[in-house]
Amino acid sequence: MPETTFLDSTELVLNMGPQHPSTHGVLRVILKLDGEKVIGTECVIGYLHRGVEKIGENRTYQQFAPYVDRMDYVAAVSNGLGYCLAVEKLLNIEAPPRAQVTRVILTELNRIASHLLWLGTHALDIGAITPVFYCFREREEVLKIFENYCGARLTTHAFRVGGLQYELYDGFEQQVKAFCDMFLPKVDEYEELLTNNRIWVARLKGVGILTGDECKEFGVTGPVLRAAGVKWDLRKAQPYSGYEQYDFDVPTGENGDTYDRYIVRMQEMRQSVRIIRQAVDRIPAGPIGKTPKVIKPATGEVYVSIEAPKGELGYFVVSDNSTQPYRMRVRPPSFVNLQALDRMVRGGLVADVVAIIGTLDIVLGEVDR
Amino acid sequence: MGKFFRTIFLVDLFQGLWVTFRNQNPKNIYTEQYPAERPKVAERYRGAPRLNINPDNGETLCIACNLCALACPENLIVVGSERNEQTRRKELTTFTYDLSRCMFCGLCEDACPVDALELTQDFELASYTREGWIWDRQMLEEGPKPTPYKC
Repeated sequence: MPETTFLDSTELVLNMGPQHPSTHGVLRVILKLDGEKVIGTECVIGYLHRGVEKIGENRTYQQFAPYVDRMDYVAAVSNGLGYCLAVEKLLNIEAPPRAQVTRVILTELNRIASHLLWLGTHALDIGAITPVFYCFREREEVLKIFENYCGARLTTHAFRVGGLQYELYDGFEQQVKAFCDMFLPKVDEYEELLTNNRIWVARLKGVGILTGDECKEFGVTGPVLRAAGVKWDLRKAQPYSGYEQYDFDVPTGENGDTYDRYIVRMQEMRQSVRIIRQAVDRIPAGPIGKTPKVIKPATGEVYVSIEAPKGELGYFVVSDNSTQPYRMRVRPPSFVNLQALDRMVRGGLVADVVAIIGTLDIVLGEVDR
Repeated sequence: MGKFFRTIFLVDLFQGLWVTFRNQNPKNIYTEQYPAERPKVAERYRGAPRLNINPDNGETLCIACNLCALACPENLIVVGSERNEQTRRKELTTFTYDLSRCMFCGLCEDACPVDALELTQDFELASYTREGWIWDRQMLEEGPKPTPYKC
């Protein structure tokens, strides 16, 4: 075995995180470098592990609902929707139409909020500081709607099994419509700042390419999959909560690089506004649904997945005819998407790792659960 | 020629500065001067819990049914009750609410059949000790008393 010294070796192992600002939380990536080139990575996760699935097995069905908000805390409403739909399917009940339309509005607003946070932090990672302030300014308006509706801004706990807890407040429609009118020009403003920006294009075009087939191999979903040209959106493929009634497009990219993922997410925000506008006009009157006093589903299991802002968010719930689930399994989009990091990073430069982690749009609360 | 004058009179600079000064308009300022200027939280804000009392006779509205304690995911509510032999009713004696474990999900509020327990708009809940977070019945009825700071 040859004697190696630091100067002889060409490989360098570099720890990135868990306190690195651009790993978006407590992700630790061990990078194996050859000069500036990345020849291998290893993700170390679990720094934010709270055992959410186990908590779910020790709580009643109603009691677990606030905890799901704490997985993907950027898109808490989507998490709540997925959980409520799963338990409702287990119970064979459905939320009344008014509740369903309200759920769609709030979930799409949350998609916008999540993408805005992604855009701001991603641009910040690349080195553009202005977008983060603009994005947070608009995100604030969404959070205000959430606060007015359910009393919390981030961990909303907005939906309950069987419908809603809170009736819409006075002026909800006007506030949402005002937000939509205000928001679309702002998306153009972000695009003006970034889309044709030479630094932005140079940093993103052709970086972290993941082809459609590779995405399918890894099980990658959401905007990352759509940017690779695969037209797969669960809102279209398996409509839930009345998504089949709305007219919207599924934006796709071509190359599956970081730039396409940016374009896809920007288009998705516009489509979300389109859905919200249609939904606000057709909020039906009627009951908002009532949570059953005791939730005791019959023995069985159910898997329900929804299109969360980050990809397919699935809940697998096993019931043993008691008030607590026998098994609660969550399929978080961030966790699955993070697998593709190694494939995307390999062969690239160290600086691109930051861009690729940003573009995957992971939330560590969801990766570690 | 036009370009020459633009360079001489620094037109681009003044255009840029105009954008800056336009955004100095007080209606574009988002910063809240916190202790002096308190944020207005939403009507449905889920903040500090309060145990409501009947304003007419000063008696608690709580009927000691224990539903909030059962609804709480973190098991942080302890309701103490005593059976009154004269009226043959359960009466509330103690009520403990451990705010340090509370995640303000609002399930206790939803469970209350008489609207006695309520999450209010008070959000200043800091305490110097851990014990200060465990609120007893008196504290729950009176609400938090944040120190007012003069600015």
